[in-house]
Amino acid sequence: MALSPTPAPPPASDPVLELRGINKSFGAVHVLRDVDLSVYEGQVTALVGDNGAGKSTLVKCIGGIHTADSGEYFFDGAPVTVNSPRDASDLGVEIVYQDLALCDNLDIVQNMFLGRERRRGWVLDEDSMEQIAEETLAGLSVRTVTSIRQRVSSLSGGQRQTVAIAKAVLWNSKVVVLDEPTAALGVSQTAQVLELVRRLADNGLAVVLISHNMNDVFAVADRIAVLYLGRTAAQVSTSEITHSQIVELITSGQTEALGPGAGRNGVNR
Amino acid sequence: MTTTTNAPPPMPATTSGAHARALPRRVATAVGAQNTSLIGALIVVVGTFAWLDDGYLTTANMTVIGDTVAVTGLLAVVQTVVIICGALDISVGSQAGIASVVSAMAFTSTDGNAALGILAAIGVGIAAGVVNGVVIVYGRVNPVIATLATLAAYKGVAQLLAGGRAQGYVLGDDFFIFVARGKILGLSVQIWTLFVVAVAVHILLKYTDIGRNIYAIGGNDTAARLAGININKYLVAVYALAGVVAAIAGVILTARTGSGQPTSGSEGLELKAITAAALGGCALKGGKGGIGGTLLAVFLLGALENGLNVVGVNSFWQNVAQGALLVVAVVIQQRRNGERAVGLPT
Ligand SMILES: Nc1ncnc2c1ncn2[C@@H]1O[C@H](COP(=O)(O)OP(=O)(O)OP(=O)(O)O)[C@@H](O)[C@H]1O
Ligand SMILES: [Mg+2]
Repeated sequence: MALSPTPAPPPASDPVLELRGINKSFGAVHVLRDVDLSVYEGQVTALVGDNGAGKSTLVKCIGGIHTADSGEYFFDGAPVTVNSPRDASDLGVEIVYQDLALCDNLDIVQNMFLGRERRRGWVLDEDSMEQIAEETLAGLSVRTVTSIRQRVSSLSGGQRQTVAIAKAVLWNSKVVVLDEPTAALGVSQTAQVLELVRRLADNGLAVVLISHNMNDVFAVADRIAVLYLGRTAAQVSTSEITHSQIVELITSGQTEALGPGAGRNGVNR
Repeated sequence: MTTTTNAPPPMPATTSGAHARALPRRVATAVGAQNTSLIGALIVVVGTFAWLDDGYLTTANMTVIGDTVAVTGLLAVVQTVVIICGALDISVGSQAGIASVVSAMAFTSTDGNAALGILAAIGVGIAAGVVNGVVIVYGRVNPVIATLATLAAYKGVAQLLAGGRAQGYVLGDDFFIFVARGKILGLSVQIWTLFVVAVAVHILLKYTDIGRNIYAIGGNDTAARLAGININKYLVAVYALAGVVAAIAGVILTARTGSGQPTSGSEGLELKAITAAALGGCALKGGKGGIGGTLLAVFLLGALENGLNVVGVNSFWQNVAQGALLVVAVVIQQRRNGERAVGLPT
């Protein structure tokens, strides 16, 4: 799969979203310890780590489901507080969660506009919602959906993922976070979703992609952030690191070539 | 970006052109298979009883059916909204009972002010509904348990208020007489009330964002919450709406019998309301259903009950039939939704 526009360009600008020193505990379980993460416009940042490393928890902190116990959240360089999903979407940060959060009983358009329906006076403006949904899907070159008035329950896994992603980009969002979007997909649907992920970044969005599949990661990511037992083990450019080094970072938190210092700021940028 | 071998196959129809098809498709889905079979059943029931008894299809008997259907229909309409949220309100009958007593007592104690009587009933309905909602949302009690509890509690309150007997006498008042016996364009005021409430709720559900959010809450509450919908507020409001409409039903009961009735007339209405909603196409797990189907089911149940009375079927058997009908309605619903058997993975 030759999806990546390698060599990855070094981030030209400042990160659009930056987390510094994030800590999060659930009772006695200290899940995130001083986690740093920088996300850039026009780039896919892969977030990798073993099961239980804290990836989903970090994403929930970004999305306002959890509030971090300590640490800083910068958006466009300014410190912000994000305490609810609404706060995050107001900033332009949209999350596609692992279980997608779609309503099976509603159709594609209804799902895409959920909670933010367009109205004409008191009444729902179905036509304009339908049109915008159509344009959004067309803009993402989505060709796998036959009717946007189809119930979501009748869609395949990849189509559902596509709808969830389209829903996330509908809102002039700047950052889109995808938690394991290809986990349950077959080969061709995985390729389609990855292609879509790449296209989002090429359209100028900052994309965070969580995945356990290193082939996927190397296919689309510009940068890779590794979490190991709730700590940032590394943040590196995809071109500066090999497959086996990433695997080493994921399983042991460090790798010879990068040195033990890679953890915090070492290879950052 | 280069896509190599794995370009998605070109699909014949894309999303364009969906506009042109939208309207006819909406009309088609508005009637739907569910409603078609209900209309069929209604025709069969009416036809059968008309054939069995000459008195069945008379104007007088149709009016009787209309008036019985009005109260049940009001409760079924709000029950539909509650069920779409994925909840249930078993206490609607008791709420109507309290409202009936309160309307008559307030009417009497204000020396015959009908407006105050009705306002008091609606106020009590809102309060009862909000209590239901708050217990469910903030007490995190299962809706079935919560409203089963208030079914008993509200009935008790109504009996305490009324001292166990009918209260007041309202049929000296023009307004209550109008509700009890009035006609507009040949249809009774009670049926008009049902019609107006049903249309209002239908518009709310189908054409407003509030309705859309109600369907979303029943479909996937996590998704709804993530979309920024304040589920707690919605649930309390929906139970309050149930209380208001139950109160309107209570006022109609008062007008019909001439006095405030703590239990007679309202007891057992919750079963009819839930049966109608289920028969009308509401999925009890939420997210599915509509006012059209529920109304058809209400008329079907009304026609059936009246027919059984007309041909003289014992009321004990009618109870059996009613319970059996609820089970049948839900079974049909589950089958139609392709609901999996217990324990099978999806
Ligand atoms: N609400 C919670 N309460 C207690 N512990 C939690 C909670 N959420 C997550 N954890 C713990 O935090 C750790 C990290 O979980 P998380 O879901 O973030 O991992 P992950 O990196 O997404 O893993 P996976 O790759 O399996 O999805 C786990 O040990 C988990 O048990
Ligand atoms: Mg996870």
